[in-house]
Amino acid sequence: MIRIQDLIRISDNEWEIPQSLRGDMRGPVRIFATRKLLEQILGDKSLEQAVNASTLPGLVGAVVVMPDMHQGYGFPIGGVAATRFPHGVVSPGAIGYDINCGVRLLASTIEMDAALPHLDRLATLLNQYCPSGVGVKGVVHVNVPELDRLMRAGSRWALKNGYARENDLTRTEENGCMEGADPAKVSARAKTRGREQIGSVGAGNHFVEVDLVESILDPETAAVFGLHQGCLAVQIHCGSRGLGHQVCTDYVQDFQSAVKRYGIELPDRELVCAPMDSPEGQAYLGAMRAAANFAFVNRQLLAFSARRAFEETFAGKLKNWHLIQVYDICHNMGKIETHAVDGKQVKVCIHRKGATRAFGPGIPGLPPEFQQTGQPVLVPGSMGTASWVLAGTETSMLRSWGSSCHGAGRTMSRSQAKHDFRGDVLRRELEGRGIKIRAGSMSGLAEEAPEAYKDVDSVVETVVAAGIVRKVARLRPLVVVKG
Amino acid sequence: MPFEELSHTADWSLRIWAADLTQLFAESARGMNALTGTKLAESPRVQRTFSASAEDAESLLVSFLSELVFFAEQETLAFDKIELKIDAREGQSCTLSATLSGANILSLNKSIKAVTFHNMQIHQTERGYEVDIVFDV
Repeated sequence: MIRIQDLIRISDNEWEIPQSLRGDMRGPVRIFATRKLLEQILGDKSLEQAVNASTLPGLVGAVVVMPDMHQGYGFPIGGVAATRFPHGVVSPGAIGYDINCGVRLLASTIEMDAALPHLDRLATLLNQYCPSGVGVKGVVHVNVPELDRLMRAGSRWALKNGYARENDLTRTEENGCMEGADPAKVSARAKTRGREQIGSVGAGNHFVEVDLVESILDPETAAVFGLHQGCLAVQIHCGSRGLGHQVCTDYVQDFQSAVKRYGIELPDRELVCAPMDSPEGQAYLGAMRAAANFAFVNRQLLAFSARRAFEETFAGKLKNWHLIQVYDICHNMGKIETHAVDGKQVKVCIHRKGATRAFGPGIPGLPPEFQQTGQPVLVPGSMGTASWVLAGTETSMLRSWGSSCHGAGRTMSRSQAKHDFRGDVLRRELEGRGIKIRAGSMSGLAEEAPEAYKDVDSVVETVVAAGIVRKVARLRPLVVVKG
Repeated sequence: MPFEELSHTADWSLRIWAADLTQLFAESARGMNALTGTKLAESPRVQRTFSASAEDAESLLVSFLSELVFFAEQETLAFDKIELKIDAREGQSCTLSATLSGANILSLNKSIKAVTFHNMQIHQTERGYEVDIVFDV
């Protein structure tokens, strides 16, 4: 069990577990947290999991963990690890089952006063057009050959089929398509699971939410992002559904024997891995990118559905009811990136699990309009609480592998939350605060009680104080649709 | 019931125990049904069979439970009668053949997305065989 005495305090917001703590560590663990958040973090096994992650062969530098971190299964949620390209390992468990789980933010110029009388109808239409919940199918069903085309092309498939605008693609990480996707490396079972789920939210902590842009802290950057104070915005949080889950299941199973072939010893079987340039590593990377593209299309179709709901609600009543994309970011992903290490530019595989890319100004690959500002970093809070729009900084490139937090981070188990909270009571409380809720499951709602999460404002203050992001805008929820 | 829920911050976890390995697998499936709050229709009854092989008992257990996840998601089926033949001799590939009897799922509270290997180690205790399983939900 990691204790606070094992940590070295770097600053009020940064701590380190030295590599010397355990003989199998290949690098230190860098923790972004205040003392208060750290005390919560020490309540579960997330730091042990971060130490385990530091044993990955080919690790470069530190494993970085964010203040919203919590225990996962193998790799901590809120963790980032870099492995050297091309001979270092890639680990499916360090990316996660929900490949390319992420958040999309769309903004509008619909003012709150004009929207208020119509929010109930908007909530109902969003619930109708954005399927959510256990076992629910998507708005589009495709056959396997079409699914393969979708996985190769990502958001370009959605554009070709009339579900997207050009700006949606430029305002998405990787322009909505991870190059090098290989649908042939995705199993038939994964395709069976995914082909009828396109355009669906799923369950758990996934949602579609209408927010009010409550305050803008950086007006210049907010204008570049397209955010307007006092106006509505929409967040969509979901991932690659059953297809991604199956890809990860398949490769975690496959890699159980791969680690033996490559003589790799690990403290947790969920961290199994293979060298990136091995046949196994290449197969996983191809499949992971295909699943990531599936998730980009999933969020694109939900954006299309949200636009439909906005049109039916506001067209003819308001002059401009359109939703314009701010950005689409990924939480669970493996990407080949170039970072400065000891003064040299080094190519690495960045594993982010429950962590968001936070590229600063001047980084290649960002749209031209973000070259001065850094990319948007979207941090949804727990249900009913604030969300944040931040911007990546140059410091993130130096201290956190160009990464930041992804949310509030759980502190309480789902079973404890179900025991302590009732979904119907929670719903009434949220509706009493003016938040319209459309939820398919009361027990699912109880599991997502805000008290089961850290305070998102504290999480954001920590990463801002550490210099890896800066504040742009704060949002508060008006409508929540979840399974 | 020979299983209990364990605390896990973000996901769901069970500890299962049984007199022998075959029972452990069967109780793991029943534990999964209990965890998801699965309620089966009374009729019509359906039967499914499948086989799996893996390099060790833990991998075989993940394969078996993953098959049940697939049946639930794709065919809306769950099973309350489970007959298994397992061969898990040390040093050899482990094999399983299953005959499952069940019905359509009437309702469930949550769905399991995946069965993980995290902390999974089948070991012997005074209760027989025991294993902890963490599910991604």
